[in-house]
Amino acid sequence: MNTRRLIASKLSLTLVLLWNVGTDAKADKSLTSMRNEYLRPQSIPFPKDNPHTRLSENLGRTLFFDPRLSGSNWISCATCHNPAFSWGDGLAKGIGSGMKSLGRRTPTILNLAWGELMMWDGRFDSLESQALAPVSEEGEMNLPHDRMLQKLQAIPGYVELFAKAFPDEGLTTSTVAKALATFERTVVSGTAPFDRWIKGNEKAISSEAKMGFEIFNGKALCSKCHSGWRFTDDSFHDIGLADEDKGRGKILPDIEVMQHAFKTPTLRNVDHRGPYMHDGSEVTLEDVVEFYNQGGKSKRPSISEHIRPLRLSEKEKSDLVEFLKTLTSQDKAVRIPILPR
Amino acid sequence: MTKLNRFLIPLFMLGFASHGLAKEHVITQKGKLFSPTDISLAPGDTIIFKNDDDTSHNVFASTEGMKFNLGIQKSGTETSHKFESPGDAEVRCAIHPKMKLKVTVKN
Repeated sequence: MNTRRLIASKLSLTLVLLWNVGTDAKADKSLTSMRNEYLRPQSIPFPKDNPHTRLSENLGRTLFFDPRLSGSNWISCATCHNPAFSWGDGLAKGIGSGMKSLGRRTPTILNLAWGELMMWDGRFDSLESQALAPVSEEGEMNLPHDRMLQKLQAIPGYVELFAKAFPDEGLTTSTVAKALATFERTVVSGTAPFDRWIKGNEKAISSEAKMGFEIFNGKALCSKCHSGWRFTDDSFHDIGLADEDKGRGKILPDIEVMQHAFKTPTLRNVDHRGPYMHDGSEVTLEDVVEFYNQGGKSKRPSISEHIRPLRLSEKEKSDLVEFLKTLTSQDKAVRIPILPR
Repeated sequence: MTKLNRFLIPLFMLGFASHGLAKEHVITQKGKLFSPTDISLAPGDTIIFKNDDDTSHNVFASTEGMKFNLGIQKSGTETSHKFESPGDAEVRCAIHPKMKLKVTVKN
């Protein structure tokens, strides 16, 4: 090799190296900014008209686990929102009063303090307005609110707890809802391996999971809706499930994209919360990834623009599942209250 | 009519007329948020909604007397709505309910 050729080849090698350094730096920066979008908040938000107190939280916990909040005296909120199943019930569809199957899967109550609209179809705009709906719903707990108040007023322990937690209001429908909502806001998923990774512990998750994170934010389009630390932007979409349920479309019948649309669920502790989807039709996380990889199962005008065949390789699908598993926290055992008599 | 009046009167009338002209206001949609998040209008004013996000939106209001639905709006496009009557409306994106815009229309 003559001198001129040697210089030219060294120069081109240097340029290639510089190019690689530049693109790697850009990729690192983009990965850093992606990670920053998933940082956990420092504290739980409570509304001004229902501020947190330890007394109202404890009262809400007591009510949440009390089966006397049902017409039959054997269904509590925790029957369906069971902490042992990450605050769901592990069933494809919920079961209500009289062991009748409900139309949709029981959603988890994890991290609802940051939620916007409640229920799969978003028909309630706060935890306070939502909290008592399943209690009186005939198919769910089947206890009308007036009867609920009568039952609670007949339990001296509850009268005392309400007097302490809400000294100006006492025991009313509104304070039952406030206490339940306050307790529900404290149900927050703990720190998961993913959180440790985005805080800088490179060993907290596997290299496969890290690849999965990039696929999640890129080719698989998951983060278009499952964004932020809760892995949901609270948006509503028709993802192409093969069922007739109109979902949000019942609330907003004139808006085409709301037909068959359901709220984007959180992905926190997701591998403990199968089966999946609002109808419980996908059994495993692998099934869910394949569902999206195929671009859903139904074609109709309301389908979200983000639902389309993804052409993921087997490795990409497996990396995605590995990543999803890193969102599960080792939460502390939940304290079950002694119920007042 | 003096020369000065011949100049001033049409100018005054033009100013009066332009005061009553309907205006156009721009609201952007970026990061799944409206910006600004509240706006005051006069009856007859129009809001142009610009979608600067990389996802579609669907602007609507369900406030009684001020209902409208602009339908699906793709990324990078504009759509508009004219507010004819006085009142308060909460405008939202049907897809992304955290997007809220408070519109006050008054004379």
